[in-house]
Amino acid sequence: MTQVLIPSQLTSYTGGATRVDAAGATVGSVLDDLDRRFPGLKFRVVDEQDRVRKHMRIFIGREETRQVTAGLRDTDELLIFGALSGG
Amino acid sequence: MADKTRLLIGTRKGAWFLDGGSDRESWSPIGPLFLGQIINHLVSDRRDPKVLLAAASTGHLGPTIQRSLDGGETWTEATRPPALPAGDPHGRSVHHTFWLEPGHASEPGVWWAGASPQTLFRSADNGDTWDGVAGLNEHPKVLDWFPPMDEGTPDGPMIAGIVIDPRDARHMYLATPTAGVLETLDQGATWAPLNENVRCDYLPDPYPEYGQDAHQIALSPTNADRIWQQNHCGIYRLDRPARRWDRIGDAMPRDVGDIGFSIVPHPRCEQTAWVFPMDGTEVWPRVSPGGRPAAYRTRDGGASWERQDRGFPREQGWFTVKRQAMSGDGADPMGLYLGTTSGEVWASKDEGESWRQIAAHLPEIYSLAAVPHA
Repeated sequence: MTQVLIPSQLTSYTGGATRVDAAGATVGSVLDDLDRRFPGLKFRVVDEQDRVRKHMRIFIGREETRQVTAGLRDTDELLIFGALSGG
Repeated sequence: MADKTRLLIGTRKGAWFLDGGSDRESWSPIGPLFLGQIINHLVSDRRDPKVLLAAASTGHLGPTIQRSLDGGETWTEATRPPALPAGDPHGRSVHHTFWLEPGHASEPGVWWAGASPQTLFRSADNGDTWDGVAGLNEHPKVLDWFPPMDEGTPDGPMIAGIVIDPRDARHMYLATPTAGVLETLDQGATWAPLNENVRCDYLPDPYPEYGQDAHQIALSPTNADRIWQQNHCGIYRLDRPARRWDRIGDAMPRDVGDIGFSIVPHPRCEQTAWVFPMDGTEVWPRVSPGGRPAAYRTRDGGASWERQDRGFPREQGWFTVKRQAMSGDGADPMGLYLGTTSGEVWASKDEGESWRQIAAHLPEIYSLAAVPHA
C-alpha cells in the first residue's frame, strides 16, 4: 500500500483525512483506487486526458511528477499538493 | 404576488441566496455555499424548482457540478461531471462549466451545460451524469468555430448561453464568443451559424458567416420567434423565421453606445427589454460609460431606448455587470436585479424606474438569477 498525503483542497472527499493508504503500481492506479473509495477525487486532480491539472502538484517522495504513468513502489509516499497559486 | 423572489448568486468565491420579502424591500442573505469555490452559474429548474445545479471549480481543482434536489438545503457532487472523451482528437479537457440550462418542459430531468473550451454536454438525470454532444463537440468545423488558440474571453472561450425553443425541444440556439450564434433543429445533431448582419469590428470581414461574439441571447417569453442579442459589437434583434439581425442598438445614445453583456426581455411584453451598457470605447473598459451606471429599456422592440438611472450613483460608479449577472423576476410590475464585479447587488421593483442597492461586500459576482421562492 502507498501512503498518500491529501491536501486541504481534497479533504472534503476523504472525510477530513489528510493521510490515506491506497493501492496501485502507478500514480494513475493509486488515484483510481482513491477515486473508488472517494468518488470524484481523481477528476479534481487529473483531467480527462490524464494530465495533472495546472495548479496541482504530485510528488513521489521528493520527486515531482506530472505523469500518471509514473511507477510507485509500496514503500513510496505519494504527496498531492495544491500549487502555490491563486488569489 | 403568489411567490417571493430568491436571487441565486454565483461568485468567484462561492454562492449565496438572497431571499426577498413579499414586498421585495427586505432581503436576507443565505450562505456562503461552497466558500472559496468559483461558481460560474447557479441555476434552478423552472420545471421543478427543488432542483438546483451549480457549476463549480476552484483555482486548484478541476471542474464539477454540484446538485441539490431539495431547494438548496443539501448538495451532492455529480457522479460524472462534464468531460470530453479520453483521447479527444483535439486534446481538449473541460476547464470549467460556464452555463447551465434546464431542458425543455417535455423532458424532465434533462439539463444542458456549456463549457470552456467551447463544448456542450447533456444530462438526462438532473445533472448527475453528463455526456458530450458529439454533433457540436466533434463537428467538422469545430476548430474554425472555436479556434483552440483563441482566448475568447478573459476566463477562456466558452459556450456563453443556451436557449431552447419552448415550442420544440429539438430547436436550440447557442451563444458563443468566436462563432456567434449557432442553431440546431435536431437537438444538437447538426448546427449552423445564424449571424447575418451581425458586425465584427475586429475581423477583416466585418460581416462574416461566423466569428461574432454573442455575449447573451434571450427569447421573448411571449414570442419565441423573437431573439434578443447583446453582442460584443452591438444590440440586435431577430424575428424568426428571418435570418437577418437588426442592429437595434443603433437607437442608443451615441455617448453611451450599445456595448454590454446582458439583455433581459420582459416576461409579458415582447416589445420590452433591458440592457446595461458597458463602455466599449478605445481599450474597452467595460464599465458603466462615464462612471454613471444606468439600465436602458426599450418598449418598442428596440426602435428607441430610455435611460433608467434613478438610485444609481450619479458619478464615479464604475460598475461591471457580466453576462449572467442581470435577471428579471416574473412579478407584475417586474423586478430587475443585477450583480456587479465589485460584489454589489442592485434591485428595481418597478421595471427599472428606480434602483437601490440590496447587498454589498460579496465577492466578484459572476451570475445572478431571480427565481420564485415560496
